[in-house]
Amino acid sequence: MESWRRNPLTFWVFALPPSLWLAVFFLAPLALVWMMSFGEKVGLIDIVISWRPDNYLRAMDPLYLQIFLKSFWFAGLTTAVCLVMGFLVAVAITFAPPRRRPLLLLLVMLPFWTNLLIRTYALIAVFRTKGLVNFGLEQMWEWSQSVLQGVGLGDLGLLGPEFEPLQLLYNNFAVVAGLVYVHLPFMVLPLYAALDRMDRSFIEASLDLGAGHIRTFFSVVIPLAMPGIVSGIIITFVPALGSFLTPDLLGGTDSQMIANVIERQFKSANDWPFGAALSFILMYVTFIAIALRSLWAGRARRGSAA
Amino acid sequence: MVRDPHGRPPIISINGVSKSFPGGVQALADISIEVAEGEFFALLGPSGCGKTTLLRILAGFETPSKGDVFIDGRNMSRVAPNHRPVNMVFQSYAVFPHMTVAENVAYGLKVGGGDRSGIPARVEEALELVRLAGYGDRSPQQLSGGQTQRVALARALVKKPRVLLLDEPLSALDAKLREAMQLELVRLQETVGITFVIVTHDQNEALSMADRIAVIEQGRLLQVASPLELYEYPTSRFVADFIGKMNLFEGTNLGCAGGVLSVNVNGLGRMDIPCEDNIEGDVGLAVRPEKMLLYDHRPDDRLAYEAIVDKIAYQGSETRVFLSTGDGINFEVSVRNASRRAAAESASGSVWVAWHPADTLILRD
Repeated sequence: MESWRRNPLTFWVFALPPSLWLAVFFLAPLALVWMMSFGEKVGLIDIVISWRPDNYLRAMDPLYLQIFLKSFWFAGLTTAVCLVMGFLVAVAITFAPPRRRPLLLLLVMLPFWTNLLIRTYALIAVFRTKGLVNFGLEQMWEWSQSVLQGVGLGDLGLLGPEFEPLQLLYNNFAVVAGLVYVHLPFMVLPLYAALDRMDRSFIEASLDLGAGHIRTFFSVVIPLAMPGIVSGIIITFVPALGSFLTPDLLGGTDSQMIANVIERQFKSANDWPFGAALSFILMYVTFIAIALRSLWAGRARRGSAA
Repeated sequence: MVRDPHGRPPIISINGVSKSFPGGVQALADISIEVAEGEFFALLGPSGCGKTTLLRILAGFETPSKGDVFIDGRNMSRVAPNHRPVNMVFQSYAVFPHMTVAENVAYGLKVGGGDRSGIPARVEEALELVRLAGYGDRSPQQLSGGQTQRVALARALVKKPRVLLLDEPLSALDAKLREAMQLELVRLQETVGITFVIVTHDQNEALSMADRIAVIEQGRLLQVASPLELYEYPTSRFVADFIGKMNLFEGTNLGCAGGVLSVNVNGLGRMDIPCEDNIEGDVGLAVRPEKMLLYDHRPDDRLAYEAIVDKIAYQGSETRVFLSTGDGINFEVSVRNASRRAAAESASGSVWVAWHPADTLILRD
């Protein structure tokens, strides 16, 4: 970095194009939306920037707060499930034979190669009433029924008069399952990076000192993987919180997340200023979460250096 | 092989251990070693010779493909690392960075369960032992390499293991500190009386610290002996060459008669060497550079050969002189600089290289 300062020309040649790009295509639209959030709708298409916080105050309505809370609940649950599952996957890849690891990592990333919309429709095919899960369960039901029939218990109706498919779609379960499916790779990759970097002799030292595998996992592996865990939580939680497609396609009437409300403001409700305010509230919350995390990380660093 | 004055069974007994890794790499081939209680034992060999694998087998991180390991009289085949009466000091030290020094040392005591009231006192005692008293609250990031190693030592010793395993413990330290730590390790071992098994590729380290040394090369055990025996009486060309410096000569065995072995050495002619038993087949002869002396005339009470000085390397306490004969035989002679005048005088031109026949080693392997 020192050499950049000694050669400002080179620095600007490299720094100017991306800076301009970010300014024109990221900062400018964001500023427009921010201004809009302080505006009000006049007539059908006109918006006047009045610089009044009315839209933000309207967002404090219990109706919207409840949807915010539900979004946090879904995103939090998704992150928790992803953390547990992702840790198992990351540990499995880390301890797989070195030759297999690239293939396993590829399998983790493979879903990214398919469009999210198509993957979500595929989930519908799995979860719907006559979908793969219910089909499999029905087969098992019929098989069990015929076994019972074979031992002479078939007429007792132990398994019910007929197979009843599970309602797996268009409810909160479907939304969280879909979110976990979509976000799991985001959790696995930073966890794998953290575990792969970890010196194996820490684990061996713990075993050598008499700790069992479970104790070693909680006392040594998890604390040392903490940077990866925190990164994984953030890059899973933040996009999960703003999810739109998954609750839209898989959710029922009561599984709306905040992004669905925002989408409605910009489209069917045609209330851009209110939609902009909701977007910015979501963004502020995300910023605060990340700021708290850096504050905590900074304190941990100072703590270990003190 | 084991010299225990009390006639106790060996603390470690390695019986015919072999280890092959997937892919057909043979790391160890039929190794048998016994280590006596309280011994400072070194596994010495070039990198990749299998010595670390053997240490990891003792710790339980690798399982032998063949053979058994007994520690303290118990077969370790089915004993997991966390249940073995051994502790290890890792090459990277593996001091947990997310714990303080005291927490690191206490870790092995806490996982054991049972009474915890005595732990702080034992931790303090262990830190005192490695001269780190008062460092308990520090974080490992604030320690120097040497201090980190002492933490690793304290953490292992506080468990009072029957055997302490050390994997290249000094390789990460600079030369001066390494020398100090060598003495420190010997002092520690004498204080605690625990058997130490150390892996090293540094022959000086092994010679100056260990009671006995096992030399391993390409997975084979070449020789187990005391440092003096290993240096003065190596049994193979590899050991002779690996430990210290050595002038090696190849020759044809002319036969042994009356306690004298006659060898026709390529390029030097017939040499008569005192020998104890009958030796058959071709042999190698070896002489240490410091056993050779330089003369400006031919001495008559020793083996002597005329040679030309090629190169001189002054090294402070000694000067290394490289010579060659007209027949292409090379000598390396080490001259001790016992006085400043001796240091200033350097050999040149044609001189006589001479040594006592009794200082000639006969190598069969």
